[in-house]
Parts: sequence; C-alpha cells; structure tokens
Amino acid sequence: MRPSDFPPPWRVDEAIAQPSDDEPIEVDFLVVGAGPAGLAAAIRLGQLAPDTSVAVLEKGKRPGAHLLSGAVMRPEPLRALAGEDFPSYGRVPGEAVYFLTASRAVRIPVPPTMRNHGNVVVSLSQLGRWLAEKAESGGAMLLPETAAVSLLVDDGRVVGVRTGDKGRGRDGERLGRFEPGSDVRARVTLLCEGTAGHLTAAALSHFGLQGSSPQVWALGVKEVWRVARPLRRVIHTLGWPLRAGARYREFGGSFVYPMGDDMVALGMVVGLDYRDAELSVHDLLQELKTHPLVRGLLEGGERVGWGAKTIPEGGFVALPRAFHAPGLLLCGDGVGLVNVPALKGIHYAVESGRLAAEAAAGGDLASYDRALRESFVWEDLRGVRNMRQAFAGGFWRGSLSAGLATVSRGAVPFGDRATEPDADQELFRTDRASAYPQGDGKLTFDKLSSVFLSGNRTRDDQPNHIRLQTEVPRTLAEMWVRLCPAQVYELAEPADGDGGGGAPADRVGVRVTPSNCVQCGAISAKGGRLTPPEGGSGPEYSLT
Amino acid sequence: MKLLVFLEHHDGAVTKASLGVLAKARALGDAAGVVVGSGVRGAAEAAGGLVYAADDERLAAPLPAPRVDVLAKLVRDEGFDAVLFAQSVLAADVAAGLAARLDAGLNWDLVDLVEEGGALVGKRPALADSVWVDAGWSSAPALATFRSGTFDPASDAPAGDVRDAAIELEAHSLLAELVETVRDEDGGGPSIEDADVIVAGGRGLGGPENFVLVEELAAALGGAVAATRAVVDAGWYPYATQVGQTGKTVSPKLYVAVGISGAIQHKVGMQGSGVVVAINKDPHAPIFEYADLGVVGDLHEIVPKLTELVRSRT
Amino acid sequence: MKIAVCVKAVPDAAAGRRIDEATKRLDRSGELALSDFDSHAVEEALRVKETSGDAEVVVVSMGPERAIEAVRKTLAMGADRAVIVSDDALAGADLLVTARALAGALEREQADLVLFGQQSADGDGACLWAAVAEYLRRPAISQVSELEVGGDAVTGKRQTEFGYERVRAPLPAVVAVSDAINEPRYPSLKGIMGAKNKPQERIAAADIGGATTPRTTVLALASPPPRGESRRIEDGSAADAAQAILEFLAEKRVL
Repeated sequence: MRPSDFPPPWRVDEAIAQPSDDEPIEVDFLVVGAGPAGLAAAIRLGQLAPDTSVAVLEKGKRPGAHLLSGAVMRPEPLRALAGEDFPSYGRVPGEAVYFLTASRAVRIPVPPTMRNHGNVVVSLSQLGRWLAEKAESGGAMLLPETAAVSLLVDDGRVVGVRTGDKGRGRDGERLGRFEPGSDVRARVTLLCEGTAGHLTAAALSHFGLQGSSPQVWALGVKEVWRVARPLRRVIHTLGWPLRAGARYREFGGSFVYPMGDDMVALGMVVGLDYRDAELSVHDLLQELKTHPLVRGLLEGGERVGWGAKTIPEGGFVALPRAFHAPGLLLCGDGVGLVNVPALKGIHYAVESGRLAAEAAAGGDLASYDRALRESFVWEDLRGVRNMRQAFAGGFWRGSLSAGLATVSRGAVPFGDRATEPDADQELFRTDRASAYPQGDGKLTFDKLSSVFLSGNRTRDDQPNHIRLQTEVPRTLAEMWVRLCPAQVYELAEPADGDGGGGAPADRVGVRVTPSNCVQCGAISAKGGRLTPPEGGSGPEYSLT
Repeated sequence: MKLLVFLEHHDGAVTKASLGVLAKARALGDAAGVVVGSGVRGAAEAAGGLVYAADDERLAAPLPAPRVDVLAKLVRDEGFDAVLFAQSVLAADVAAGLAARLDAGLNWDLVDLVEEGGALVGKRPALADSVWVDAGWSSAPALATFRSGTFDPASDAPAGDVRDAAIELEAHSLLAELVETVRDEDGGGPSIEDADVIVAGGRGLGGPENFVLVEELAAALGGAVAATRAVVDAGWYPYATQVGQTGKTVSPKLYVAVGISGAIQHKVGMQGSGVVVAINKDPHAPIFEYADLGVVGDLHEIVPKLTELVRSRT
Repeated sequence: MKIAVCVKAVPDAAAGRRIDEATKRLDRSGELALSDFDSHAVEEALRVKETSGDAEVVVVSMGPERAIEAVRKTLAMGADRAVIVSDDALAGADLLVTARALAGALEREQADLVLFGQQSADGDGACLWAAVAEYLRRPAISQVSELEVGGDAVTGKRQTEFGYERVRAPLPAVVAVSDAINEPRYPSLKGIMGAKNKPQERIAAADIGGATTPRTTVLALASPPPRGESRRIEDGSAADAAQAILEFLAEKRVL
C-alpha cells in the first residue's frame, strides 16, 4: 500500500487563476518568497533598476520566520552581491565525518563532495533578516504576513499573483475582521517559494515545464542548543540511527555545526522515500542526541531553538526543463537547485536570484535559462546528478555507486537514473517506534514542546490548510502521524468519541490540528498536500 | 513607617482584599485606612483602627479622579511614607493618578512588601510568573498595589477610630460622571480572567456531554469553567474559555485540570496559578510534572464524588 | 476631530520575552511588535474616524527607533500619522517617566480624544492612561468595552468586578479600551504599501520638556519560589481520591 493510492483532494492547477481584482496593486517586479533566492533577486533589481518598483511577498510573520537550514554556506556569491558584512558564525574551523553505530563513532575520511574548506556557518533565518534589510534599503517593498495563493495567468502569460484572504474561520466563513486578498500585478513574477512551492508546482504543471524525473524530498529536523563548551568542528554523521538495508530506503544523516562559541546547530535529515511507517525524523533526532558522541557535545547545555523543513533532493534530473515562461521566472529550492551530496543550496539560491533579476531587468526572460546553464550552479548539479538515486539500493551499494560517480563526474552506467516519487514507496511497519526516547525535557523532547519552541502561535480557528484523505488504512495514517514533526496528525480512535467511530472497518480516521503546522512540506511528498495558510501563520524562526 | 491604605468598599462594607492590605500595613508600621464615598462612615468604623473617611455626595460614584484629590491631600497633610492599594479596576486608576499627582513611584502587581535596610522592597512575579522581581522606590511616598487576595484580613480588628478627611476637589476631577450602573445579578459566575478558582476540561473528558462534570465542580467551588485547545478545536466548548498559548492566560488561586494532558502550549496559559490539581488516567501525562497534587484515576468517577464532597462541606 | 492613540512596541512573544540580567529590565533588544492590547485602541480610533467621517488619527509612541516598524503597522491599518518619542534619555523609563513623555507629546497634538489599550503586554497591568490623564488634567475612563463618541463628550461602557457602568466625560478625554471592545482589522496590502508614505515624526525628549527621572527601581531578580513538593495519588478508590483532594484543598486554604 502506497500513499499515492490515497491522493489528497487537491488539483495542482487550483493555484492558477484569472485576474479578477478591479483595483489590483501594480508593481514592476514581484518576488514571491523572502528567502535567499527572492531577496538576492530583490537586491539585484535594486542595483540594476532603482527606479522600478519591486515588491517581495513573504508568508511568514517576518523575513526569516520560515527560513531554516543547517547551514554551511559557500560565501562567494553572497559576498559578490551584497558585500562582506552578512551575519555569519565564521569559517568552518575543521571538519569530521563519522559513521555511527548505536554506541560507537567511527571516523571516516571526508567524502570529496562534502569538503567545506572556505565555507562559513550561518543561520539562514538570521541571514534572511539581514538580506531583507539590504533589499529594503535598495528600494524593495517587503510585505510579510502575505501568502500568495494563486498565480494569475492571462492569455498564456503570468501577470502576477493573488494574495490570500485573512480572517476566515474554521469552515471558511468570514469572521469579523475578514480582509480579502488582493491581486498584485507585475511585468515579471519571480517565484522563489522554497521547498514544495505552492505556485511553483502549479506553474510547472500549467506551462509543461516539469523535468525528466519527479522531484523527491528529504525532511530535516533541526535544533539549536546553547552549549557549555565550544564545538570546534563541523560534524556530519552517517549510519545510525538510520538503517542500511535496501528495504528501508533510509537515506540521510545528521549534522552538528558550531554557531560561535556558545551555540550549536544539530539536525537529522532523512529522505522521504523511506518505507517504514513508524519512522519519525523528529524522534530520530531525539535518539541521535543519546549517542555518546552527541550527548557529550550537549552536556550542560540547553535547547533554545527547533524547526523542520523539507529539502528537495532530486537534483539535476528533477530540474525543470525550462526556468521561465511568459512573465515568469523560477528560482532556488522551489525548482530544486540543491547539491545533495555537498548539502548546499543557499549559494545556488542566491546565484539563481541574481541571474533572474538580471534577466528581468533586461527584459529578456529566456536569457535567464541560458545564464543558469552557463553558471557553476549547472555544472555542480550535473556533476552529482546520480548520487541520490544510487541510495535506492541501500547504504552500502549507494555509497559505492556514489563514490564511483564522483570519479566519473556524475555519469553512471546505462544512463542517468530516474528518481521515484516518495509517495510511490510501498509502506510496511516495524517496531521502530519502540526505540524512540520518551522525552525527558532536558536532552530529549516531545513534539509539542518542539512546536512551542519554533515560535508557532498560529491562531486556532483558521481554515484547515492541509489537504488529506481522512479515512485511510491504519498503516498510512500511522505513517502520517510519525512523519509530521509537529504532531499535526493523530489517529481519531473511536474511544475518543469524536469521529473515529464512523470509519469503515479497515480504515481509521485521521484528525488534523492545522495550527501546529510548521509548514515543513513533508506531507506534500507523502500523500497529502500543504497549501499556504493565512499569512503570518506558522513558525517564527530566529536562530535556525 | 507611616502607611496609608486605600479601602475600597462595596455594598456598605470594605472589601476583603482591602482589609487584607490593611492587615499587612499594620504589620509593617503605623497604618491608617481611608474610605472615600458617600455614606461610608459605617464601613470605615467597621474596618477598625485609624481610618479616615471622606464622606460626600460628590464622591458617591466610584470614579477615580476625586479619590486622587482626597488621597493626595491626606498624604501631604499627614506625611505618609507609603500608600497601599488592593488591585482592582478602580484602585489601579487611583494609584496611577496619585502617582502622577505626587510624582511618586508606583510598583504594581506585588505579592509581598518587606522592609530591608530601612527601605521598602516589593516582590512581584513577572513574565507570566516565570521570574520574580524585587522592586524598589527612589521617592517618597512609595505607592504600591497588591495582587487581589494576597493578604488575609486580620482576624480581629482594633476598635474603630474614624476621622474626617479633608475634601478639596480639583475642577478636572469632577468632569467624568457616572450615568448608569448595572449590577451583575447572575453573570453565570466569574469570567476566567477574574476567577479565583478555575476548573478546566480537556480531551480526557471523552466528549462534550461530559463537560457537565466540569461545570458542576466549578459551580460547587464557586469558580469558572475553562477548556483546552483540543476540546475547543473539536467544538466541545467555546473559544472564550480556552486557556493556553493561543487562548487566555489565567492565574487563579486554584486550577483543577480534568482530563488534560498538559502540553506546554497549555501550561503557559496557567502556570501562574496558585495551586494546581490534576486528574488524569495517564500516569505519564506531562501535567503531573507541574501539578501540586496529581491524581491518577478515572475522572468520570472522581469528579462527581469530589463535587458532592465540596457541596456538603459548604 | 483629532484622535490620538498611544501605543507601545513590545518584545514579540515568539522571540522569548526575557529579562536582561545586567540591566534587570525587559530585554528589548530583539524583535518589537505592536502590543496586542494597543491594536484594539487603534481599531477603535479607526472606527470612530469612519463613523465621524472627518477625523485624523495620530499614533503616539515612546520607544527606541526600531519601534518604528511596529508603529508602522498602525499606519497600515489606517492611522494617518505617527509621532515617536525616541531618546536615549528615556531608556529605562518607569510609569511616570513614560506618562510624562506621552503627555508632553499629546499636549503638542491637542487631541480631542486620547485612546489607550488596556494593558501593556510586557508590563502586566500598568495603568499609564490614568497618569497621563492626570498630567493633562483631563478625565479618564478605563476598561471601556463600548464607546460612544458624541459631539463634545464620550460615553464609555465599562466592565467592573460587579457588573458594568456607563461613564460620560466631556472632550478632551482619555479612554482606555479593553480587548473586548472590538476585533482589530488586518492591514490590507494596499494599507501596508501606503504606510511608508504617511508622515512619521520623531521627537526627542527636549521637544516635550525633557526627560524626568524614574521613581521606581528594579533591585534584583530571582527564580520563582519552588512550587513545593508535588504529591501524587495513584491507588485507591475514586471515593478515596475525592476525599484526598478535598483535604488537600482545605489544607491549601483554597476551598
């Protein structure tokens, strides 16, 4: 049984609409998403075309509120665009890669694709705040708490977006403070929505831009800790708590990065093609912290931040076949510009934003595609294009294959391998959950405590923004319950007295608490669909 | 130390909260009360001890500005070191107005007042009761309002000694007029923000029909009914009663959590409560980590029995 | 008619309100947002303006320069102008310093109606309006859950512990509104974009008569006293449990 057997009540083209507002807002350039791609674009437009109007829509409460990454970033593209003084935690002091078992940590040579010499540790959320100020001082108008819910297409051309309504109740009814969304029209719309972008998906479908292989994702769950002793290296781990066998398809690993002398960021990243319904990335991270290597780093410390977000992992083969359409440019994570083996995406986002801005300012959108293909972004992604797919055969075969592919500059025998949609993976169940820590409130935590730490204060009486079938086989429902790091989904048991009892015998009910949602996007990969809730909802990240 | 205590009155008697502050003041030094209103000499007498009475028709309405005038004059004439108030809607306005009139510092929401090294130090919780602050004054007199019900009245009051307070009202103090007063005959109990006792129900109740257990216990205890996010989301109880991060923040003297697991989103809405009693069938429920009394058992049996016992006792 | 609304930019809850160990004051170095309570006051001002047909809404705030972002939200909601009193001399202001600074700014404005939100989200229960009204020597009505504005007077319905009252005051008057009075509107996108072009004036302490000295101090911070031993009842019958709870309540004197 696969999640894709129970598709959500959602059509990708729901987000395509005709302009309808009699009094639209008009700007020259519209950027959707105040992340590194969108803000780089806004900064560049401010440099190239200072007399034009640039608006940046951001669904989070403020720029940075929805930004989360590890992160170790290659700094040159950002420096070239915006100067030296961006916030960072300094150069990578040293690095180590470990293969973990339940009790040991075996140091292994750093794979060539993962070398971080010359790179810097950053908080993407802080970087976003800084980039937003830069963009504003260059003349861009930042519009936070504003979700873009449809792409306005008129006569085959993208003419802008429609923003979301505010002040609707649980059943979609208008509450006292209802404020309808507006049409925002622009000559050029730059979609920089990040992972699982809502309008990006609609645009790719509508204009027939999908790549040769479907996109796949990983879920990253991250914590920021204040620590008693400084960490002096960037650490990556492979192996435990993930299982190597091919049947599990558990691809991923963990990271621990120093943030200055008194904080560290750590996270667990797992491909969403996993098959065990009991897998919970949130809880794997809790388990990871009990490993002697990690526990020692956190001793005497305190958890001060938490968040979760998906990462597109399809790489080169999943890129769209074109990155522009009439009136439209596509940038960043939204179109999968992520180098999975190197764990890098921020500098690609910045570069794609810059190139898109240059094409938009010059009035020639097709030139963006050309520029992207001639840039290091293309070259890098092409060189690692088969690595992710290699791990479909489990950890050992995958590592071997990936290792060989390094030498061959990405090529593998019999041609590039396709990715398979995460939702097509057959599910089974083990007793994986029995090993998850209970949550002691000091080292390990439960999901609701984590959601609290994300700063999520979404109002409870909003319409449900998650599209999902809510009467499904138990295994699928349980997979969703474990999948979501924010405890949005629960089984509605008959004993609860509120709905579970109505489901047919072989199905269970799924209860959704949308206000917990931190908009990581994982559900979209595995049988449901995340649509943008009211602007301003969701997490309020500041350290991630 | 000479302290003046503002004695608020209602229905002909000084309020219990004000009498509590008066008792505290008497323990700290030479204390006098002041009652302001019309026909208030009886209440002033009953309060016991030295009490100034400002009794005038113009003071009948419970409006703050004329009280500022009376207290300011009394402070200037008698030289008080401190003026204390029991927190209330009226007292807050009077205290702040008086602070401005006298250019005197005001610390509010105090839960204690002590003398340390000759100076007064007020103690107050801050940031949803997560930290305690020692507050001081760099002026005289020192003005302080206390959280309602912080102190108990003296068990026996000294003989009454009522003196007239001079009444000199400023022109601007009489501009506001009371046009209408409506008493809450039966407002259905206190609102959850004001309640001294709250009984809250969570998903462990099993269904909306079981909220009656919570309501009956609340009625027996003279308190208000609250609900968790989960049950409000499920439509079992109205959003106005939701306690928690995305609902209301409450700090009653007693909080009884019935069938509530106690996730942090709920905790932050009630962590300032005085005494917390939790009833839940799951021994691992997070609420037991911060309840003063945790009862693991079946709420459907325990709550009705508790209600009965409370009723028979009161 | 000129309506002034006094608002405060407070540390945003999500950023984690904390007290700075060194200064013993609320750490205001992080994100600032418009206090939720004040948004009700802004909303009420906008409603009065809409019903009167011809009024100006001026937002007055005291705070660091960074507070301008939070105050801009009021302009996005529909206020016409903003005045920020911003001066290093006012850092660490207490109730009276703040009230006097606001009163100074309000005197410059000569507003007919001055609105406040009921509580400061970071100060828990300060009654700034009463002190400001005293400095302005005008009447004040607090806890207002319904406001009627006539030609030369306002009548506020206010909730008290015992029921409600209606209090009337001639203009100019100071009114503090409770959060029951209205549901603040979301700023429209056009409102947000137009906010930047509305006049925002920054004035210094010197412009309003100088800064005064605080009359209260924070001496020390401490952790809350421990809650004490928590007790557990796990075995026994429901009747036993109920009895034990009753005795506990009696012992704690909350019965």
